[in-house]
Amino acid sequence: MTTDIESKNNSLLSVRDLHTWFELRKWGFGRAGFVRAVDGVDFELGYGEAVAFVGESGCGKSTLAKTILGIHRPTKGAVVFEGRALGKLKAQEMQWYHSQVGYVQQDPYGALPPFMNVQHILEEPLLINKVTSKAERDRRIHEVMTEVKMTPVDDFLQKFPHMLSGGQQQRVVVARSMIMRPKLIIADEPVSMLDASVRVEILMLLRALQQSHNLAVSYITHDLSTVRYFSERICVMYAAKIVEQAPVDDLLREPLHPYTLALIAAIPDPDANNARTFKEVPPGEPPSLINPPPGCRFHPRCAHVIQGLCDQQEPPSFEARPHHLVECWLFK
Amino acid sequence: MKLPRVLKELTHYRSAVLGLCIIGALIALSIYTVVTIPYDEAIRRWRAGEELWGDYPRNAVPEWFNLFAGNSLPTTRVMNSKDGAIRKDIQTISTDMRTSDMKFSFDYTSDGFPNEINLFLTAKFDQKKPQATMIWRTPDGRQIPLGDTTVGVAERFSISTDQRLSLKLDGRAPEVGLFAQPGTTEKGKTPVVQKGTYELIVEGLTFEKDSTLDAKLVVYGQAYGIAGTDHRRRDILLAILWGTPIALAFGFLAAVGSTLTTFSIAAIGAWFGGWLDAAIQRLTEINSVLPVLPILIMVGTFYTRNIWVILGIVIALGIFSLGIKTYRSMFIQVREMPYIEAAHAYGAGNLRIVFRYMMPKIAPVLIPTFVTLIPAYVFLEASLSVLGLGDPLLPTWGKILNDAYTNGALYKGLYYWVLEPAVLLMFTGLGFSVVGFALDRIFNPRLREV
Repeated sequence: MTTDIESKNNSLLSVRDLHTWFELRKWGFGRAGFVRAVDGVDFELGYGEAVAFVGESGCGKSTLAKTILGIHRPTKGAVVFEGRALGKLKAQEMQWYHSQVGYVQQDPYGALPPFMNVQHILEEPLLINKVTSKAERDRRIHEVMTEVKMTPVDDFLQKFPHMLSGGQQQRVVVARSMIMRPKLIIADEPVSMLDASVRVEILMLLRALQQSHNLAVSYITHDLSTVRYFSERICVMYAAKIVEQAPVDDLLREPLHPYTLALIAAIPDPDANNARTFKEVPPGEPPSLINPPPGCRFHPRCAHVIQGLCDQQEPPSFEARPHHLVECWLFK
Repeated sequence: MKLPRVLKELTHYRSAVLGLCIIGALIALSIYTVVTIPYDEAIRRWRAGEELWGDYPRNAVPEWFNLFAGNSLPTTRVMNSKDGAIRKDIQTISTDMRTSDMKFSFDYTSDGFPNEINLFLTAKFDQKKPQATMIWRTPDGRQIPLGDTTVGVAERFSISTDQRLSLKLDGRAPEVGLFAQPGTTEKGKTPVVQKGTYELIVEGLTFEKDSTLDAKLVVYGQAYGIAGTDHRRRDILLAILWGTPIALAFGFLAAVGSTLTTFSIAAIGAWFGGWLDAAIQRLTEINSVLPVLPILIMVGTFYTRNIWVILGIVIALGIFSLGIKTYRSMFIQVREMPYIEAAHAYGAGNLRIVFRYMMPKIAPVLIPTFVTLIPAYVFLEASLSVLGLGDPLLPTWGKILNDAYTNGALYKGLYYWVLEPAVLLMFTGLGFSVVGFALDRIFNPRLREV
């Protein structure tokens, strides 16, 4: 597979041929196959760069995120952070890695332990990373709470998550992910559970933090309409693979992969005329990840399928245009 | 939920208020007992015999029985010549020989006869023992000779068991015959107490220069104290009082020990999964078919009956109790919650996740279970004692029941002996249960509608 050699040298995170499979068991011990949640993903993320991962539910976006975070172990392939492969880190280095990567989850209420108040929630990562001075912890908590605009800080510290609004809860989640001053934030659908009115605020906040701290962000979403708020690059995922990677404007203006085309066409457009039209969607369902179809995984639903090629050989990555990679035989 | 809020919510349930009052009273009683009667002192007194309890009546009912019985039962009367209350009349007969006369005079006004009469004689001498002659004088002036005796260092002159005296009194027991109105002691009649001033005259003779003679008359009553006495004259109140902290401590420690371990093990199993979880599950299943009571009886019979060892075994058997299954099912839900994932992502270690993130989430469910478990263990301890496997040293509620059972308390009509510990056990169970049920409704609001 072709990869961008140039970005590899100064990249913060590089994911190489990553596979995360989950074993299926039969009767509790027999092996019944694997769910191939992530099946051969390659990408690079530079310092301060924001990348969006787009795809429908079940395409492996979240599993990819959790594998990068170290929650799931990769079956094959490597996650390399600042030149160090994740699988080879010792316990202490792993601790350091965890402090370098922040995690913002989808459901802000579920992401906060309901029995801790904001002070305790924000203190946890500091305690785990052995920030022993109470004064230092308080200073950092105040700093990060101010950054996420939860002011006056002291009004919020004693509150429990259920006393906060959804937007405030998500700000606390962002504050928690930022408190160790990480170099990378993984935001897994950070706004999909929020009210439309709060979404933009949170996205703007993330964008502001990204720019002021030179953070790398991997923004995972199923909603292409929010991508533009903040990322430079988009990776489109389909059935556990990245099918297209390109700079945002490039991809939105000229999508190449048939799946991306369908995805962009499906963006709702608040136009009165749309009430009477019917959008074309690819027929069928996304494939099962236990038994993915041979060849290109999109071929059973693709309108441009090349018989004898698409249904037999998996397409490699083609650089159709500069910095625009696509896994589709149409661009051979 | 914070404690003040829980307490406030508890007051909405009248039953819980009652339960809290009972628990509060039991705790107050325990504290009072532990402060006023030291542990060693309690054990020493409970194991003591006649030397300590000699002045106490045997199997006396509590004094408050008088309120219900409608007549007045006698209480114990102790008169001692050493106290100075009884005048000792000493006259010199020759250089070495002296008389030592004592007159025990007392008013008897109860409707019931005494339980027993004993005269304790003590003497000081080198070679020659003093002699004493006893004469009983009734209010109507009759004089009944009770016989004479030579007095050793400490002699018990048991008037009640004097068979010859009994024959003189129409075959009635001396304590009845001596106090009955003349003419009521014959066969077929019911003896009636003659009220008035009785006198016991002890005419002593000492035969050495420094020899002295002292006497103590004990007219045992039928009623004693708050709780009555048992077959060994011991004050049951002592066991009632000390039984409270022991019962509470046993119940509380057993409940804490078994629930906390069960809870932690369930959390650890649910979090780590794999073979550890499987091993915990299998152990739980094996443990659930082990019979607890027979094992405890076996330990009590062959090894030790020390209450704290038994407590340890109760906790050990409680560790892998079926509660693990219930808690595990809850922990498996908690395990998948996003905040656990977040904690994992910011580097929380396994044990931190188990103890700091998983357990607090389920802890509210634990509290009602824990409170209702306490009386279960209190009953267990009492059951063991009733079966004769109680701690051999400690006075406990179960031991009272055991004594009552082996001495045929119910057959003899000594209901107080059984009822006192039984009522306390019932109140303990009631108090903790109603509070537990109310807590269950507070912590699991879904139950409120039912």
